[in-house]
Amino acid sequence: MAVTTMNFNFFSIFTLVTFTSLLSGCNDGDKLTLSERSIIYCSEGPPETFNPQLSISGTTTDATSKQLYNRLLVFKGKNNILAPSLAKSWHVTHDGKKITLYLRQDVSFHQTNYFTPKRLFNADDVLFSFNRILSKNNAYHNVSSGQYPFFESIKFNELVDKVEKINDHTVRFILKRNDSSFLANLATDYAVVLSAEYAQQLSANNNQHNIDILPIGTGPFKLKDYRVGSFIRFYRHDDYWQGKAHIEQLVYDISPSKTSRLTKFLAKECDVSSYPIAHKKITDRKDLTLESITSLNVGYLGFNTQKPPFNDKAVRQAVSLAINKQALIETVYQDQATRAKSILPETSWAYDNNITEISYDPKRAKALLASAGYSQGISIDLWAMPLQRAYNPNAITMAKLIQNDLKKINIKVNIISYEWTAFLRRLSQGEHQSFLLGWTADNPDPDNFFTPMLSCSATDKGSNHTFWCNKKYDQLLSSALHTSDINKRKSYYTKAMAIIKEEAPLLPIAHSKRFQARDINIEGDILEYFGGINFYQVSKRVSKKVDGKALNNTTMISSPKIIDKETMPIEKVNN
Amino acid sequence: MLTFTLRRLSLFVFTMLVLTMLSFSLSFLFPGDTVINHSGQINASAEELAELNKSYHMDQSIISQYGAYLKHILNGDFGLSAVNQSSISHDILKLLPATIELSLVALLIAMLIGIPLGFVAAIYHNKIADSAILSLAMLGYSIPVFWLGLLAILFFSIGLGWLPSSGQISLLFEIKFVTGIQLIDILLSDSPYKWQAFRDASLHIILPACVIAVAPATIFIRLSRASMIDVLASSYIRAARAKGLNFRQIIFRHATRNALIQIIRHVGLQFANLVTIAMVTEVIFSWPGIGRWLIESIYQRDYSAIQSGLLVLSCFIFIIHILIDFIYAGLNPLARGNKYGS
Repeated sequence: MAVTTMNFNFFSIFTLVTFTSLLSGCNDGDKLTLSERSIIYCSEGPPETFNPQLSISGTTTDATSKQLYNRLLVFKGKNNILAPSLAKSWHVTHDGKKITLYLRQDVSFHQTNYFTPKRLFNADDVLFSFNRILSKNNAYHNVSSGQYPFFESIKFNELVDKVEKINDHTVRFILKRNDSSFLANLATDYAVVLSAEYAQQLSANNNQHNIDILPIGTGPFKLKDYRVGSFIRFYRHDDYWQGKAHIEQLVYDISPSKTSRLTKFLAKECDVSSYPIAHKKITDRKDLTLESITSLNVGYLGFNTQKPPFNDKAVRQAVSLAINKQALIETVYQDQATRAKSILPETSWAYDNNITEISYDPKRAKALLASAGYSQGISIDLWAMPLQRAYNPNAITMAKLIQNDLKKINIKVNIISYEWTAFLRRLSQGEHQSFLLGWTADNPDPDNFFTPMLSCSATDKGSNHTFWCNKKYDQLLSSALHTSDINKRKSYYTKAMAIIKEEAPLLPIAHSKRFQARDINIEGDILEYFGGINFYQVSKRVSKKVDGKALNNTTMISSPKIIDKETMPIEKVNN
Repeated sequence: MLTFTLRRLSLFVFTMLVLTMLSFSLSFLFPGDTVINHSGQINASAEELAELNKSYHMDQSIISQYGAYLKHILNGDFGLSAVNQSSISHDILKLLPATIELSLVALLIAMLIGIPLGFVAAIYHNKIADSAILSLAMLGYSIPVFWLGLLAILFFSIGLGWLPSSGQISLLFEIKFVTGIQLIDILLSDSPYKWQAFRDASLHIILPACVIAVAPATIFIRLSRASMIDVLASSYIRAARAKGLNFRQIIFRHATRNALIQIIRHVGLQFANLVTIAMVTEVIFSWPGIGRWLIESIYQRDYSAIQSGLLVLSCFIFIIHILIDFIYAGLNPLARGNKYGS
C-alpha cells in the first residue's frame, strides 16, 4: 500500500511547487511587467492582407496602415488638413498637373528576422509603391490578385500619367488633368509606401508573394507574428523616424464575436476593444471608458426627382419639413449619431458653421403641400435598405417612423424593401419614388460627398439615385476642384450646400459615430478623425504598487466618462 | 501480469480496428467524393487527384482501400483540412496537448475534492454532513456545464475580475512550442518573463479546469462514499477496532488505502466523461484544444477533420483507459486474474 502514500506525497509536492512559483511570480515586479509595456487590442476580424493597397476593408486598414506603414502625406486634426509625413513638403504647379514631393532623408525601414534593410527610405521606394498600382507591367502588379480597389474607384490610372524620380529624395507625379483631391488621396490609408529593396530581395529568392504576407514598412510597429484568425503580434520599430512608440508590444486579439469581445474587455484581457456593444455596461464601470468619433458618412432620405410627385420641388420640401430627424436619431441611432444639417459632416474642413438645416415644421409642410395642389393627400412608396450599415443601423424602423410623421400631413407611405443587390439594381434603374440610403467617404476631401452623391455625371454611374441634375451645382463643384485655395473651395461648397437645401433632392438625416472602449489606464489617441486606428501615441499608465497590492492612480477617475472627440481641442500640427 | 498485458493489447488492437473501420466508412457516408473526404484536398488538380486515387487504392477492392487508408493513418497522414488546407495531423499534434493538460488538471482537481469529501460523507454515514455532501453532489451533477461555465465567467472574470475568461495564456507571452503542455513549455523556455508567464498560465487554467472538474468530482464523491462504506463494514476494520486502534489509525492506515483501490478503477471510465465535458468547456473558454477544434470542424462541415479528430480523440481516451487499468492491476493483484477486458 506504499504506492498510495506516494501518490499523496506527489500531490502535495506538486501543489507546493505550484504555489511557490505563483508567489515568486509576484515578487519580480520591481521592473515593469510585460503587460505594463504592451497593449492588447480586441479587434473585430482578421485582416485579408498586410498590404492596405489591396483592400478597402476597414478591418484590414485598422490592422495595417498606421501601424506598419507611413504615407507621403497625412491628415491632421479635426478638420483633416493635409500635413507632411514621408514627404516633408510638396509643390503643385499652377495648372495643378505637376506635383513635386520632397522626401525625408532619415526614414528607416523595419528590421525583422526576414529582412534587414541596407539603406534608408528614398525615391525608389515611392516609385515602386505607386508603379505597382499604376503599371500592369510592374513585376509586382499581379502578385496577390492585381486588384487595387481604392485606386480603381478613384480612377487613379486615368488620372496619373507617370511618377518620376527627380533625384534620390524628390519625386514628381505628372497628372493628365487637374484634380485638387489628388493630394488627399495620397494621404488615405491605402496609399502606403513599401520597400523597393525588400521587393528586390524577394524577387531574387522567388518569394514575391511574401511582400503582402510578411510586410516591411516604415511605420511605428513591425510584424512579429501572425496566427491566422487568432492574433497579430507587433513589436515596436525602435528606429522609427518620429521617435519610438511608448509601448513595446502591440497584440491584436482577433475576436469576431461581439459578446466574447465584450467579455474579454470587461475581464480586462484586452486593454482596448473595437466596436463595443452594451455601452451602458462600460460607462457604468469606473475603470473603463467609452469613446466615439463622428465618422465621415451620411444617412439620408432621397427622392426620385424624375418621377411624380417628387419631380415637384414643393413636395420634396414639404416631406423634408415634416420629418422629425431628432426622433429618428434617438430611436434608430439610439442617440449615437449627430444630426446632419447637410450632406457634409461637421468634421470636414469645408463645413461652414453658418449652414442651416431644414427644420421640423409640420404646419409649413402642410401649407406647402396644399400650395402644390396635394391638399387631399397622396400616397408614396418609400424604399428601405434591407441591411445594417453604420450610417443607417435600421432602415426599416426608420421608414416606419417616417411613415408615422408623414401621416400627419396626409401622406400615406408604403414601405418597400428588396434583397440588397436587387435593391441597388432597381434603384439605379429608377423604379423608386423615395429611398433610405447613405454614403461613406473614401477620403476626407469634401468632393467625395458632393460629386458621387448628387452631380449630373453620377446619375449615369449609378451613385446618384435622386437623378437630380443641376447645372449650377455642377459648375460650383468643378470650380472647387480647379482651385487649390482652401478658402475659395470652402465658399464654393457652401454655395453648393445652399442649393441642396433649396432644391431638396434629398434630406440628410445623420452622421453616425464609431465607438471604441478602453481601460482608463490607456492614454493617447487611437481613433483618428479619418481612416483607421493608430497606436503610435498610446501609452499605458503603470498602476502603483502598495504593499504588493496594485492600486490605481485615482486622479483620472474624475475625468469625463465619454470622451467625444468633437468636443476636444484641435490637435496642433507639429511638422 | 503477462497474460493481462497481452489481453489488454489485443483488446486495444481490435478496438482500434473497429474505430478505423468506422472512420473509413464515414468517408463514404459523408457527402462528396470519397477520396476527397479521405484526403481533404478540395482543390486538387487532375494529376493530383489521380495520384490520390492511386495512393488510396481507389481502383481496387474495398478491403484494399481500407488497407491503404490504414497505411496512411499509421504513417501519421490524416489528410488536409477541407476548410483551410492545413495538415490535420499537424493541427492535432498542436492542439491535443492543450486538451491533455486541461483534462489532467481537471481530473486532479476532481480527485482532490471529490475523494476526501466522499470519505467524509461515508465516515459520517447517515448524519447531517453526509446528506449535505450528497445533496451538494446531486446539485453539482445536475448543473449543465455550459451554464456553469458562463456563470463562472460572469462571476469570477467580469464581476470580481480575479481570473481570465479565455485562452490558455495571455497573448503577450511568446512561449515556444516544445511539448505543447503550456505549463511545462513555460518552465523549459528561457524567456525573461518566465515566472510572469507561469503565473498567467496558472490563472488561465483554474476556471476552465474547475468547471470541468465539477461533474466528475460529484461522481468521485459517490464512488468514494460507497467504497468507504463497504470498507468500513468489512471484517478487518471491525478486527482493527476490536484491537483498540483509535479512529485516526483505522481511517488513515487501513480504510483509506483499501477504499482508494476501488476508486482508481473508475478513474479511466470517468476520464472519457471528462473529455466530453472538456470539449464543451473549451468552446466556452476559447481554450485552444482539440475539442474546440473538433466542434468548429463540425460547424464548418470539415469532414476530413471530423473523421480524424474523432479517431484520435477516441484512441487517446482508450489509451488512458488501458493505462489506468494497468495502474489498478499493479496496485491490486486480485484484478490481474480478471478474464474479461472491461
